[in-house]
Amino acid sequence: MAEAMEQGTIDRRAFVAKLTAACPDSLIVTGLGSTSYDVFAARDEDRTFYLWGAMGGAAATGLGLALAQPTRSVLVITGDGEQLMGMGALASIGVQQPPNLSVVVIDNGHFGETGMQRSHTGFGIRLAEVARACKFSHVMEIAEIGLVDALADRINARSGPTFAQVFVSADDVSRALPPRDGVYVKNRFRAALGLQPM
Amino acid sequence: MNSVSREPVAWQQEIFSILKAGGVKQVAYVPDAGHSHVIRSAVADPDMRAVVLTTEEEGVAAVCGAWLGGQRAVLLMQSSGVGNCVNMFSLVQNCRFPFLALITMRGEWAEFNPWQVPMGKATQASLELMGVTVLRAERPEDVAETVQAGFDAAFNAEQAVAVLLSQNLIGRKKWEAK
Repeated sequence: MAEAMEQGTIDRRAFVAKLTAACPDSLIVTGLGSTSYDVFAARDEDRTFYLWGAMGGAAATGLGLALAQPTRSVLVITGDGEQLMGMGALASIGVQQPPNLSVVVIDNGHFGETGMQRSHTGFGIRLAEVARACKFSHVMEIAEIGLVDALADRINARSGPTFAQVFVSADDVSRALPPRDGVYVKNRFRAALGLQPM
Repeated sequence: MNSVSREPVAWQQEIFSILKAGGVKQVAYVPDAGHSHVIRSAVADPDMRAVVLTTEEEGVAAVCGAWLGGQRAVLLMQSSGVGNCVNMFSLVQNCRFPFLALITMRGEWAEFNPWQVPMGKATQASLELMGVTVLRAERPEDVAETVQAGFDAAFNAEQAVAVLLSQNLIGRKKWEAK
């Protein structure tokens, strides 16, 4: 069995707050669980699509959105467990090469919602290396919060698919619960893009 | 491998024409011989994006993302992929996304491979259990009308619809050594 990794130290809430503030025009898709809470705590805007389920679907949702909105930055913010369940989507993104899509994995090395069991990344599986192998143009492994601006610059530049694995602390943070009504979240997201409900 | 003619079968061209006329911009797919003409046509069309998937559930999420961004998208797969999608259908249901999947059937008519049979038998029930309306085309002359009905239900009435394309439309898969 692989040995446990050294735990990251970045404060996830502070990182997500800085990142979303530095990417004010981006369209955001969040993976279920803690990353939905992180983004909601930082900024609840209409242009955020929160997942409360559909585990493994965040990056693929971002892919469809990025292809549909090529002039906007699309930012997927998800957890290590969620991205591990949708690892194939990284290959599908690599084929499409959407220049405006970024996937940021807030990696605490654990399944936070279910009792903090260690995840694959917590055992040293390197998602950033997977993203490199999947032909993401810009790949960052981020262990200190000072790199958030460099990541935001990449996201805002829309110059090729971007992936970041952000090593955060596994400390508990308070829950901040975004809306759970999917129809509402969908319609307000589309309205923010000038799209009408059916 | 199935032997696939490069000459499009008429019903396959009719499917592509419906998608094109309906303004579909993204075609997400796990390939099947029965979808080969539509996939080839989407790849060749400068106004469409063909999105090859590693697994069908990715496509469920991708077509929802497309709709969030204002584009119509459809998902192509064979029946064996339906089981992979089950939990991801909660995205379609919870958010009431318009959803159209075109699904070629295996495991039901002159099937050679027993491994296709369990999911083939469970395809329609699995979709219906997850709230997806199922339409079915058995004969070539039914395909266009059925696909158009599914298309309209998805994109006009915001329904989740799957159109099953019977295995006898596609014909026997040839298993003789080449």
